Amino acid sequence: MGALRICIERAVGWPLARCPHPDPPPLAGEGALSARPDPMLSNLLLLVDAPELALQLLVDGLLVGAVYCLPAYGMALVWGVMNVINVAQGEFVMLGGYVALYLFMHGVHPLFGVPVAAVLLFAVGWLVYRAVIVRIIDRDLFVSILATFGISIFLQQAANQAFSADVQSIDAGLGSTYLMGGTIVVANIKLVAVAAAALLALALYLFLKGSRLGQAIRATAQNPRAARILGIDTDRVYATTFALNAAICGAAGALVVQIWVIHPYIGLPYTVRSFMIVVVAGLGNIPAVIASGLSLGAAEQFAGFLLGAEYQAAFVFSLLVVILVWRNAMLARQRKYLR
Amino acid sequence: MTDAGRGGVARTALVTVLLALAAAGPLLFPNYVTQLALLWVMVVLALTWDLIGGQMGYNSFGNIIFFGIGCYAAAVVQRAGFAPGYFAGLAVGAAIGAVVAAAAAIVLGAAILRLRGHYFAICTLGLGIAAGEIASGWDFVGAGAGMVPPVYPGEPAARGVFFYYYFAVLAAVCFLVLRWLYGTRFGLAINAIRDDEDKAEAMGLPTTAYKVAAWTVAALFLAVAGAGTGHLLGFIDPRQVAFAGETYGVWMVLMAILGGSGTLWGPVIGAALFHVTQELFWTYLLGFQRIALGLLIVLIVVFFPQGIIGWLRERWPQRFDRGEARPPVAATPAAGGGD
Repeated sequence: MGALRICIERAVGWPLARCPHPDPPPLAGEGALSARPDPMLSNLLLLVDAPELALQLLVDGLLVGAVYCLPAYGMALVWGVMNVINVAQGEFVMLGGYVALYLFMHGVHPLFGVPVAAVLLFAVGWLVYRAVIVRIIDRDLFVSILATFGISIFLQQAANQAFSADVQSIDAGLGSTYLMGGTIVVANIKLVAVAAAALLALALYLFLKGSRLGQAIRATAQNPRAARILGIDTDRVYATTFALNAAICGAAGALVVQIWVIHPYIGLPYTVRSFMIVVVAGLGNIPAVIASGLSLGAAEQFAGFLLGAEYQAAFVFSLLVVILVWRNAMLARQRKYLR
Repeated sequence: MTDAGRGGVARTALVTVLLALAAAGPLLFPNYVTQLALLWVMVVLALTWDLIGGQMGYNSFGNIIFFGIGCYAAAVVQRAGFAPGYFAGLAVGAAIGAVVAAAAAIVLGAAILRLRGHYFAICTLGLGIAAGEIASGWDFVGAGAGMVPPVYPGEPAARGVFFYYYFAVLAAVCFLVLRWLYGTRFGLAINAIRDDEDKAEAMGLPTTAYKVAAWTVAALFLAVAGAGTGHLLGFIDPRQVAFAGETYGVWMVLMAILGGSGTLWGPVIGAALFHVTQELFWTYLLGFQRIALGLLIVLIVVFFPQGIIGWLRERWPQRFDRGEARPPVAATPAAGGGD
């Protein structure tokens, strides 16, 4: 760990928002109880005094943001193709993390957990589609929000029963890379995670563009009725799309458990982040999804540093409100609204 | 009129019996007074949600913030000691909470109520959870450790009875105010917004003003309910009690849907049924109560979206399709007050 970082942690009196390989983050209450003199201003001054620190936050943020892109893209896929907003998105991420954790505890290297989590979550997604989503697919979007909310509570609590409510993490044991003479520390697992995320996104892109089923998915997204007339089994397309989304989230979760932490209630922030990214990027626009995912990651790092770790979640949820209102206000100038 | 007259007698008898039961509640079930008091809270939550979600068509997950504002305002007033004594403090706290909540509804509503459909739903979900996260980081209100209102001056049993009547009266006032509102031009206006907002706007209705006004009414009742709930439970946790977006915030939606959203009696019936079911889950499925709740949410939304009142109307249209605010398609001149 860089010497600068340790100095700063001493000066600030609490661990930085995201260490290369973090301990469980302080719970909001604990963080608030430890006395910190005027945190926001001193943190801001610290950033000005030590630009390396800002760079470190930026790098961390971009690397984490790359992982946010995966569930966001999955959400855009399901939303665009099926007209369903899946609130259980974050729970799929959480389950993927537990798959990797379970394998790790049985001696499998966590990186193998990524494909296994994807395959298992594909099955989970398929089941969820067959059990619930198929019955709400042609109903109002709000119904899908509520129903998937129910699914998310169910999965959350089931995970709580199965894996306990502890905050858990995996140390993949890949070490860290020191850049710029040790002032910037990057955990290698984050680089691996970004590479894995990029690979996954590329595979998905090629699948949607090239394969027969991918074409069917895109055709169904454009016009489900015409697709059905032309002999596409739209029910199978929907099931595959939803399962594929769950698989993407599962893979993301297997990465999250290695670069950050996991617990049964981690889901909703991921859902909200996904929604935010999709609202900013629009449906089916991959470059925009990547750009907004990365900037969200960076923004969160800076907010967590400036406001204190206990406000990082508050920042994510407040940002959602601000972004929606702002986007809508922009559209309102043309007498339109978000739809 | 004879049919209406006969129905009127039956209805009067039913209402009288219900009123008698409500008044005698603490005597009949002395061991369940706190639960019965919370039942009335649920009725208020469901009624005020239905004003926005059912009658106006704005499905909100964020109404809970007004409840939380009430909780905290009352506790802060008690702590500051503005008013002498427990009851005066509660009264002043509830009043201040109501004012603050109404102000918040006006400010937030002016921005957020311009969003429509599922964007509004997700935005309010973020709003409710952001409020909880901010409260759990804010030292002034005890941060994550929450706040403890003063102890009830008197026997513990008397506390339950006092708050039973507090909430029963609040629920009754809320019911009567909403019943009156739904019969006025205001009721017609918010129904028009639900049925086709663009047309309502084209007809010259100041839709935003109506929407904000409706949210403010809901906020007033929610804040008073929150003030009492904080005092009844004796502990205000930022995420589990005050801004419990994932529990109360979603339950109020479910209760209204279960009973029949967009009707006057639906939320009342739904709240009673849901509260009893949920308590039974806690009693008989301890450990799995939340899992059962998630399943229940999915079942209600997927298989019973019309709700109890909606089902009764389908089954016996002559008997139940009258006397309440209806979608304008079926409106008769006596839409507001059939009895």
